[in-house]
Amino acid sequence: MLPELGHFALILALLLAGLQAFFGIAGAHLRRDRWLAAVAPAVAGQFVMVATAIACLVTAFVSHDFSVRYVAENSNSALPLFYRVTALWGAHEGSLLLWIFLLAAWTLAVAFGAARLPARFSARVLGVLGVVSFGFLLFTLATSNPFLRLIPAAPDGRDLNPILQDPALAIHPPILYTGYVGFAVAFAFACAAMLEGRLDQAWARWTRPWTTSAWAFLTVGIALGSWWAYYELGWGGFWFWDPVENASFMPWLVGTALVHSLAVTDKRGLFKSWTLLLAILAFSLSLLGTFLVRSGVLVSVHSFAADPTRGIFILAFLIIMIGGSLTLYAWRAPLLRSSAGFELGARESFLLFNNILLVIAAAIVFGGTMAPLIADALGLPTLSVGLPYFNPTFLMPILPLLALLPVGLHANWKKGRLAEKQRAILATLAVAFVLALAVSFGVFAQGRILTLVGLTLGPWIILSSLLDPVDRWRRKLSLSRSVLGMTIAHVGVGLFVIGITVVQSFTQEHDVALARGETAAVGGYEFRFEGVRSMEGPNYDGVRGSVVVTRRAAPLGTLYPEKRRYWVQGTVTTEAAIQMNRGTNLLIALGDDLGAGRWSVRIQVRPLISLVWLAALIMAIGGALAGSDRRYHLPARSAAEAVADTAAAKEGAG
Amino acid sequence: MTPRRRRLTLVLGVLAGVAIAGGLTLRALRANVMFFFDPSQVVAGEAPHDQRFRLGGMVEKGSVRRAPGSLEVNFVVTDFRHELPVRYTGVLPDLFREGQGVVAHGRIGTNGVFVADEVLAKHDEKYMPPEVARALKKEAATAAGSARTGS
Repeated sequence: MLPELGHFALILALLLAGLQAFFGIAGAHLRRDRWLAAVAPAVAGQFVMVATAIACLVTAFVSHDFSVRYVAENSNSALPLFYRVTALWGAHEGSLLLWIFLLAAWTLAVAFGAARLPARFSARVLGVLGVVSFGFLLFTLATSNPFLRLIPAAPDGRDLNPILQDPALAIHPPILYTGYVGFAVAFAFACAAMLEGRLDQAWARWTRPWTTSAWAFLTVGIALGSWWAYYELGWGGFWFWDPVENASFMPWLVGTALVHSLAVTDKRGLFKSWTLLLAILAFSLSLLGTFLVRSGVLVSVHSFAADPTRGIFILAFLIIMIGGSLTLYAWRAPLLRSSAGFELGARESFLLFNNILLVIAAAIVFGGTMAPLIADALGLPTLSVGLPYFNPTFLMPILPLLALLPVGLHANWKKGRLAEKQRAILATLAVAFVLALAVSFGVFAQGRILTLVGLTLGPWIILSSLLDPVDRWRRKLSLSRSVLGMTIAHVGVGLFVIGITVVQSFTQEHDVALARGETAAVGGYEFRFEGVRSMEGPNYDGVRGSVVVTRRAAPLGTLYPEKRRYWVQGTVTTEAAIQMNRGTNLLIALGDDLGAGRWSVRIQVRPLISLVWLAALIMAIGGALAGSDRRYHLPARSAAEAVADTAAAKEGAG
Repeated sequence: MTPRRRRLTLVLGVLAGVAIAGGLTLRALRANVMFFFDPSQVVAGEAPHDQRFRLGGMVEKGSVRRAPGSLEVNFVVTDFRHELPVRYTGVLPDLFREGQGVVAHGRIGTNGVFVADEVLAKHDEKYMPPEVARALKKEAATAAGSARTGS
């Protein structure tokens, strides 16, 4: 019964989303206040319905209801409880349901926050979110219903894909999706401003906290995915330019540009139409990312079988959402002129360059990700684009972007008076360069140009970001959360650059064949192979190797890499063993039994790779802090307005 | 400069920047993409001799051989019409198996052996790289077609 209840709840949610969209947009347009009063209840009702649907599906998973096709395909009676719950988003249908649930949750939060906004504007925001939700619900119900029954019921399930049975990956999709969906809020604010034909600094102030928190979630989501790919897929590094990674990275790049452009719109009332365009772009790329990844169009780890009806529906939905919002933009954006000017050395110019470079970077990633698809559609020879394209090309906009950051931080709004700060900026640069030389030659005894550039840029960004806040702190002046958050995020960027530079420059990796008792030396560490032993887990069996690690004869411990075979699908997975030693990650993965008592073993020594993920987390913390600044808290609306609204609501209800 | 001239200069500058970036990107794309070939195309001499490319097909059953205790592994990739021997030194991916689809990156050696520096077998039992699936389907279709003309 429960699956039918879930299905029914989804249908009700679809209807409520339709009402929310209609009453919100049409009500605001026709100035019918009674219609507006129906929007918030529709939002709440939709949230309850979607939550009910999720609860029904989770119950089906937990209680092993293999008469539900989606459960039978993604769970098994031997699957531990935790993964039975997270199996919900283990495949296409459930991921969509999760997306819809998170959208409903964000919308509910917006409805609460927007109670303090002008009634018509908040109705438009909620209405646009209703349109998005309606599209997703329709797509789910029409092509990807997770509640379909399997008759007769399967005796047991086909199990969750073993590589998804992992704690980091269990929480990666919800966090990533929270980021994607958060950009839907920025998008809705942009559409509402265009429908209204008015965009002032207050608008930017309302939009900023939502955008910044969405950005922070997306940052954590991407970092988790990268971390998971490192230790579970055994890909080795932190980034592979895999289409799926790119799909989440493009909205991040544009979202980063949006966060910065919103700052200009907020403080100076400039870049208005550009900000709108970025909000549309960030959400469009989020949509593209969600669909590309889950629809099987892209060839990757996450891809599921492609279904042509889904493809057509997705295409239609993308065209309606992106085309519709761009049409609205072309029609309305000219109304939203900015009038003020600024000088070349002013902060506005730096943020303009920041935006241009980030969008170029996104375009480069987009080109590389879509080229194979486009070539395929045009019937050209099958091609693939990888590291040799992305790495050098991506650096072209990113290096100038990073070099402008420590300078631009000290620029004033409106007037270009950088000369006053010239000495401080050059001093930090000099300190950073000396540090780079010391680390490069002193610690690692080598120095390539890119290594030196990266090791200079990282500390320079950190030092330069800290100059003003430390100065204020010394003079016992207060620091607002937004400035503090920005500083933390920029320090995160600096640490990130340092981490990436060191990993890229000083990683050592080898595949070796080892017999019991043999030793391999990699990157100044010795690895002694102690053979393998068979082992068994709750739903798998396999072998566990042991490798003793020493550095200059000093023991550092034993690592236990595993090779597992999951019973249900017969899938073999490699569980790499990782140990951190003074900031350096030692990774050992077991390969195959080579015969003659030897095993192939993959050994990687990656200094500071953890710093890359840690830095991403620091950036996200900075974003969260900046988003929670008090200046974004809206004052309660005047009593008269509130009374008028309640009266309207009562009338509407009666 | 009047504000108008200044804005025009700025816009032109940005446009020029974008154009240069776009041009460089296209160039990088052209120089750095890898093309895909199946064994039949390689045997017919369509694959480049001086460039890395992707080879895809099925790992022929019973073809995987190792020198005992060494990392070197030899196997044959087939599209059921032509075969190509492949040599690889290193750890094979978890899903590498005889009779399964595989994509190898590398180049043709002097003796006609494909020397792979990377072997990919994707993370799904039922997964077959789409290029491989298409190549195999194409081969099946031509085989059926020639059988028909033959009869």
